[in-house]
Amino acid sequence: MISGAGKKRTRRVRKPRKKGAKGVWSIGDRIGLGIAWITGIFLCVVAFSVTIYLAVKGISYINLDVLTSRPEAGVEQSETGGFLDPMIGTVLLTVLGTAIAAPIGVGIAIWLTEYGRPASLARFVEAGVEMLVGAPSIALAIFGLLIFQTSFMAPFSFTAEGGAVFGRSFFAAGAIMSLIALPFVVGGTREALNSIPKHVREASFALGKDQASTIRRVLLPASRAGIATGTTLGMAQIIGETAVVVVLLGASLQLAPEGAIPVLDIFKGTGSTLTSYVYINSPAGEGKAPEKAYAAAFVLLLIVIALNVMVNQITKRGQHKWG
Amino acid sequence: MPSLTLEATGIPEEVEAGDPTNRRVELMLGALASAVLLFIAGMIIFTLIKAWPSFANNGLAWFGAGGNVDQQLSDIFNSPADPADYVYELRAWPLIWSTILISGLSVVFATFIAVFSSIFIVHFAPTALQKLIEPVVKYLAAVPSVVYGLIGILVIVPWINNNLITEQMRASVAYVIQLDGSSVMAATMILTVMILPIMIALIVDSLRAVPLNWREGALALGVNKWRAVRTVSVRAIRPAIVAAAVLATARALGEAIMLAMVAGSIGFAPNPFDGILFLFEPSRPLAPSILDGEEGLSVVPFGETMYAFGFILIVSCVFFSFSGWAIRQSLSRYGIGAR
Repeated sequence: MISGAGKKRTRRVRKPRKKGAKGVWSIGDRIGLGIAWITGIFLCVVAFSVTIYLAVKGISYINLDVLTSRPEAGVEQSETGGFLDPMIGTVLLTVLGTAIAAPIGVGIAIWLTEYGRPASLARFVEAGVEMLVGAPSIALAIFGLLIFQTSFMAPFSFTAEGGAVFGRSFFAAGAIMSLIALPFVVGGTREALNSIPKHVREASFALGKDQASTIRRVLLPASRAGIATGTTLGMAQIIGETAVVVVLLGASLQLAPEGAIPVLDIFKGTGSTLTSYVYINSPAGEGKAPEKAYAAAFVLLLIVIALNVMVNQITKRGQHKWG
Repeated sequence: MPSLTLEATGIPEEVEAGDPTNRRVELMLGALASAVLLFIAGMIIFTLIKAWPSFANNGLAWFGAGGNVDQQLSDIFNSPADPADYVYELRAWPLIWSTILISGLSVVFATFIAVFSSIFIVHFAPTALQKLIEPVVKYLAAVPSVVYGLIGILVIVPWINNNLITEQMRASVAYVIQLDGSSVMAATMILTVMILPIMIALIVDSLRAVPLNWREGALALGVNKWRAVRTVSVRAIRPAIVAAAVLATARALGEAIMLAMVAGSIGFAPNPFDGILFLFEPSRPLAPSILDGEEGLSVVPFGETMYAFGFILIVSCVFFSFSGWAIRQSLSRYGIGAR
């Protein structure tokens, strides 16, 4: 009996000393830990409820007709057509923005990591790139309008008869969008370049290559995965951006080509993207077709998820192993 | 972190000076990088030039309160075509106050949630849950703001209107504004979720960078794990928390689309001293004001007023981004920075 009780007591003493439960837990500590659990689970709940809600709403309103017909003006939801044009607009704008941002971003990242002198200028550039992340997109958009409405930029958009430049086109929106994607490209590339050990550079110098060809032949190929990650993240930003589209792409839901040259006319014209389609069709815009806004938002979310998965795959597979 | 700048790599003289192509490449890339700085400077200067008439005509009263800001904006919009008769009078305080109120509240809530959830993610979450939360945070950051706005306007705003606003509240402010659910509360709720991922990413990074043996020292003294994390790790990364809050503020200030959809399009300054009621009152910050006025940009005085809003936004965002960056720089000096 007595020895049994003794055993029990030792067991009771040892129990709280299990993994992770060291020391005395006061009420405050327990409450703190409880809040930490709640906030962690809260994040998951928010993410899943947003996704599931949009999936349920989206799938119930989405159909082939909506995906393949162009937006029309109409009073009833059944008359307003689908969102083929906004989808094309999203693709065009993303391609244009990324095509501008990727080379510039990679160039800036190379300069920052490989050259970076004078050092003070490099630090300022670093801070400048950081500021672009924080710059309000609506302010970038109206500044873009300021630039593209000058007569100097007239070839990039529609010009009215009186000589007033409209300033809104795929070119204008794409140029400003590239600034939104730029910091992500710079970030991804820098991270990749920084992870290349310095003996790799030294080996290349020892073989008689100069710095420029080392960058081109050794460092850039090795940081492909990082560049791809950064560019994909930038693309996701462009696809999700609305304010720039609303201000700089004009309010026409359909693609409205401008001029006579076959491909350039689309870029010179106005249009819409999925984000501006959602905005215009929500109650905040003209509010005509919330069901189609749900469907378009769902498509948008699918694209975002796909890009996220892509980033994960690239980082998983593309990591270069340096011995 | 090993620095990989030129000094550290120790590039031999002959390589550095060797080839004029190399020099050209460096200059070209350097010019490209400096173009970013030029662009930012240009943006601030040209926006200010464009906005100047609005500031000049109002003086410091521009920032003050007085009159109905929506009425003033529509007077500016309808001002006569003759440049001599342009109307500029504007007292923008309700819009500024609304910006401060909504961003401030969301940053406060988000900081609280971000600190606790980062601790959870790094130190307390079971491995399976940890593997789930990290992609979830990335995903929340990637959801476009218009999607948040759509959910806000179609789900949260009606819910607030039906469940939280009583008839009594409606009656008490009926002579000033109508309560329809578009409110400071809806805006704050959604904005909090939107800025959380940025803060969590930063705080998690720096929590991970705190050396294990710092905490082990505390554990060896017999405190529990929560205490060790709270008193050692969280204290060590305090600058990172501040940096995260500051960067999140910049994000919150610049958010336009979601707030335009959810906050209610009325230039009204809710007064927190009215009690809990202020949470249900509509209001409109600066960024959505620009978006709302986007179609009037070609009306000269109105456009200049919009650029004035834009200028205030740019300057404050640049200020916050820069301070966030500077704080993070000071962190990395101690080797626990989040890069």
